[in-house]
Amino acid sequence: MYAPSFDYHRASSVAEAQKLLAANPGAKLLAGGHSLLPVLKLRLAAPSALIDLGRIAELKGVSAANGGVRIGAMTTHAEIATSPVLAKSCGIVAEAAAQIGDMAVRNRGTIGGSVAHADPAADLPTVLVAVGATMEIAGAGGATRTVAAADFFQGMMTTALGDGEILTAVWVPALGAGTGAAYAKFAHPASRYAVIGAAASLTVKNGACERAIIIVGGVTATPTALPSVAAALTGSNLSAEAIAAAAGKAAGDLTGDLMGDVFASSEYRRHVTGAYVARAVAAAAARAR
Amino acid sequence: MSSRTFGSAIRRREDPRLLTGLGTYTDDLSLPNMAHAAMLRSPHAHATIVSLDTSKAAKAPGVLAVYTGKDTAPALKPMPCAWLLPNAGLNIAEYPLVALDTVRYVGDIVAVVVAQTPYQAYDALDLIEVKYKTLPAVVDPEKSAKGTGAPIHASVPGNQAFKWTVAGGDADAAFAAPGAVVVHDRIIQNRLIPTPMETRSALAQWTAATGELTLWNTTQNPHIVRFIGSLVMGVPEDKLRVVAPEVGGGFGAKIAQYPADFLTCFCAMKLNRPVKWTETRSENYIATTHGRDHVQDVALCGTKDGKITGVRGTVWAGMGAYLSTAAPGIPTILHGLMLCGPYLIDNVKEDVYGLYTNTTPVEAYRGAGRPEATYLLERLIDRFAHAIGKDPAEVRRINLIPKFDNGHNVATGLTYDSGNYHGALDKIMAHVDYAGLRKQQAEARAKGRYMGIGICTYVEVCGLGPSQVAGAIGFQGGLWESAIVRFHPSGKVNVFIGTKPHGQGEETTFAQIVSSELGVDVNDVKVMHGDTDKTPMGWGTYGSRTTAVGGAALAVALRKIKDKATALAAHLLEAPVEDMDYADGRFFVKGAPAKAKTIQDIALMANVAWNMPAGMEAGLEASSFYDPPNFVYPFGAHVAVVDVDPATGAIDLKRYACVDDCGPQINPMIVEGQVHGGVVQGLGQALWEEAIYADNGQLVTGTLMDYAIPRADVLPEIEVLSTVTPSPHHPLGVKGIGEAGTIVSTCTMYNAVVDALRPLGVDTVPMPMTPERVWRAVQTAKKGA
Repeated sequence: MYAPSFDYHRASSVAEAQKLLAANPGAKLLAGGHSLLPVLKLRLAAPSALIDLGRIAELKGVSAANGGVRIGAMTTHAEIATSPVLAKSCGIVAEAAAQIGDMAVRNRGTIGGSVAHADPAADLPTVLVAVGATMEIAGAGGATRTVAAADFFQGMMTTALGDGEILTAVWVPALGAGTGAAYAKFAHPASRYAVIGAAASLTVKNGACERAIIIVGGVTATPTALPSVAAALTGSNLSAEAIAAAAGKAAGDLTGDLMGDVFASSEYRRHVTGAYVARAVAAAAARAR
Repeated sequence: MSSRTFGSAIRRREDPRLLTGLGTYTDDLSLPNMAHAAMLRSPHAHATIVSLDTSKAAKAPGVLAVYTGKDTAPALKPMPCAWLLPNAGLNIAEYPLVALDTVRYVGDIVAVVVAQTPYQAYDALDLIEVKYKTLPAVVDPEKSAKGTGAPIHASVPGNQAFKWTVAGGDADAAFAAPGAVVVHDRIIQNRLIPTPMETRSALAQWTAATGELTLWNTTQNPHIVRFIGSLVMGVPEDKLRVVAPEVGGGFGAKIAQYPADFLTCFCAMKLNRPVKWTETRSENYIATTHGRDHVQDVALCGTKDGKITGVRGTVWAGMGAYLSTAAPGIPTILHGLMLCGPYLIDNVKEDVYGLYTNTTPVEAYRGAGRPEATYLLERLIDRFAHAIGKDPAEVRRINLIPKFDNGHNVATGLTYDSGNYHGALDKIMAHVDYAGLRKQQAEARAKGRYMGIGICTYVEVCGLGPSQVAGAIGFQGGLWESAIVRFHPSGKVNVFIGTKPHGQGEETTFAQIVSSELGVDVNDVKVMHGDTDKTPMGWGTYGSRTTAVGGAALAVALRKIKDKATALAAHLLEAPVEDMDYADGRFFVKGAPAKAKTIQDIALMANVAWNMPAGMEAGLEASSFYDPPNFVYPFGAHVAVVDVDPATGAIDLKRYACVDDCGPQINPMIVEGQVHGGVVQGLGQALWEEAIYADNGQLVTGTLMDYAIPRADVLPEIEVLSTVTPSPHHPLGVKGIGEAGTIVSTCTMYNAVVDALRPLGVDTVPMPMTPERVWRAVQTAKKGA
């Protein structure tokens, strides 16, 4: 409840935030604070300074761009959840954002804060990898670069962001006709984080599944593709039986170290992930048709 | 009794301030020159303190003082246990406010820092250097009994705090009877963390010149805080004022007395300036008492045509590292005496072992002992019904005690006041269309869907209680309640009560009682509570007793007022008292209601005293200290309907319906609210809540990110019905309703889930019934099949 003392800086631009970051070794960026502040209050971290990105106008908002949607890093989950642009072009992102935490969390928490934190149980990383999102990153020298979502999440709470870099936006493609995507989640009853989060993106042509991408989170340290499930769906007619058979392969794809805790063991997560994958696939198939 | 507002669902007058953030809680208070205390708590469950160095902390910015057990022990007596359970070999281990050489749970206080700001106090905690030598710990009460871990208290052989036995009839003979059908169960009553919205807080102000101490404290019973605080701190009761401002939930955890509160007082007296301490949520989770924590080996026997003949069991109850204020009475008196439930069960025997463990002390938690009794009995009855192939509702119907209006003795020695248990069962079964539900269930099963129906009947004991009984069972206090009713000249009324409502709505319901008894407008009554300098002695809110006992005290005081008012009215109307009549706040001569004196007329005359009968004192004020002749026994029947997904273990609660009988309802909306809250808290135990300790005594579920409490969006609309069976001995006929929902909903939910999974061969799921546990139960049953 009583955080250790720290300096507080409010940046008004990305450039200023980068200057502050360079000038304050040991500083952390504050991007909503719904993961960072509890850690401070529990005195599990003691950064020298917080640099608040909350007032940087250029980091906010959802807009159509380059055949997809650009979401500013400081856009709140609530804005994403209710964005008509996203609902039209890439609804799964809004669907996942609407399931984050509770109303209070969604009103303060941001997409940039969530993905840069890279909690294994977060919702957005899973769907961003599933839809093939691209991360826009401002480098220390003013240069910018982009990283594919699949390459961005490198490990538990570890991303491709380097020292002095700031995530500025997330770009997601418009899914287009014939493609449907959906997210199914088993939320922890206390934290509401994903014990299991399953995202499916399917492209359907002439009643058959032409392309399937299945990504799960919560179960694994980073968003993880289930290739056997995707392969089984590809070419299928996406009937209930076909979906059940494909989802049954989920446990076989989850061979590495899985997440586990007192609420849900890794063994349990491995065995029931398929049930949530089946739900996501069924919903995605309905949207694709 | 008139019915001007008694029985009306008027809105709670508490809510405007509570819902708009205008309530004043202890932590909202601030005094000039106030300092802040923080407690250094043991990070180990069991360890000796090898060295303790506070010198760096003492020099930290803003720090005013650092105190250790060496400083506090000479000034403060150990925390007393106030329920001295007789005939149980009660062994009370010394409970120092600050650990001296040994810490016995994660959260035991090791030192206290006082600083100018809370931040400085917390920074300084990090500078205290403590070397610990850790000792083996034990967190499970049954393992504690078997000698796991290092002995917790040198003075307590085998960690056994007590062994208490309840026996009625001849249970062993019932179990040995030829043809007896016997079912066994082993039940883990998961340990719960009460989680009031307001964490605990204390603010102490010492006036050295007069030797007077004021303690603002979040408590369910300020008069008990004064009583025990006086004993611990040596401040005479007449100079110790305890004020409980707005209290943000207690659920039993704010009955107990805590070291931190009296240490805050100690700091204020030492430093001669006000000191405040408020716990953080994480601190609340380790330092404020927990609830439940039983291991139960139990059995029930009966005939194959459904008559229950006996209940027998052994319980290992975890008490935590020290015996909290009322702790010994919870798993014994409030549990074992209720083992007959609402049934004709002639033979009962249970041994209860209270065990010290290296955990946070365990205390009352909503229901306190009674949920643990109802749960084991209702779970056994479903097992029994399954064993003899009868419907669980039918087995209950066979065994329920027939309707009684004034007293029924049960085998454990209690005398229930009144009951119509079949009435409650009939009503709930008709409401949910029980036969229709069973038909739906058969159809669902045919389609491979796992629908379950749980049905439970219950009776509970509350309205604690006759003081003579309190004394006989070792409760170190009375259990009466008090009220003072004061009419002002204008006819407006202040009521001062000794008990302490903290969210239950008695400011509203007690005003309704005044209005109904004397015909004043409900808005002309203000109910005052929570300040020991301003209210008469009382024992507080717990055991659903504030309306059941405090409401009775109020009714008796009001009837004294009415007697005086009648005599004064007779005098003013120049009539004999015996010719007087009363209706709706008007006193008149029988047959002449037009010429009446209103209660306001009487209040004015009594206060100005211009024309009083010979010998009558001025003023219109009365007090009552009401000691109930018996407990009250609310009862009811609940039904839960669930769908369970065996593939994931997820439980979907489709429907929850209840019939509760708390006698005549003063305010049905408030009754409904209490039922809602109680049901939901019981569902929390069934589905989500569990304080999990690692074997080394670390609390794994130490934050609200890990410990799941119920939330509105995962619950169905709760269907609340009632029947009305007055208590024969209560002046208003009312019984308590604060805990009823919690007492029965846990097992109703459990029975529904097991009922759903029976076709898969599942006959038990540990609580809380998390998806993984349900899934594992299904996997285990599949392997066994």
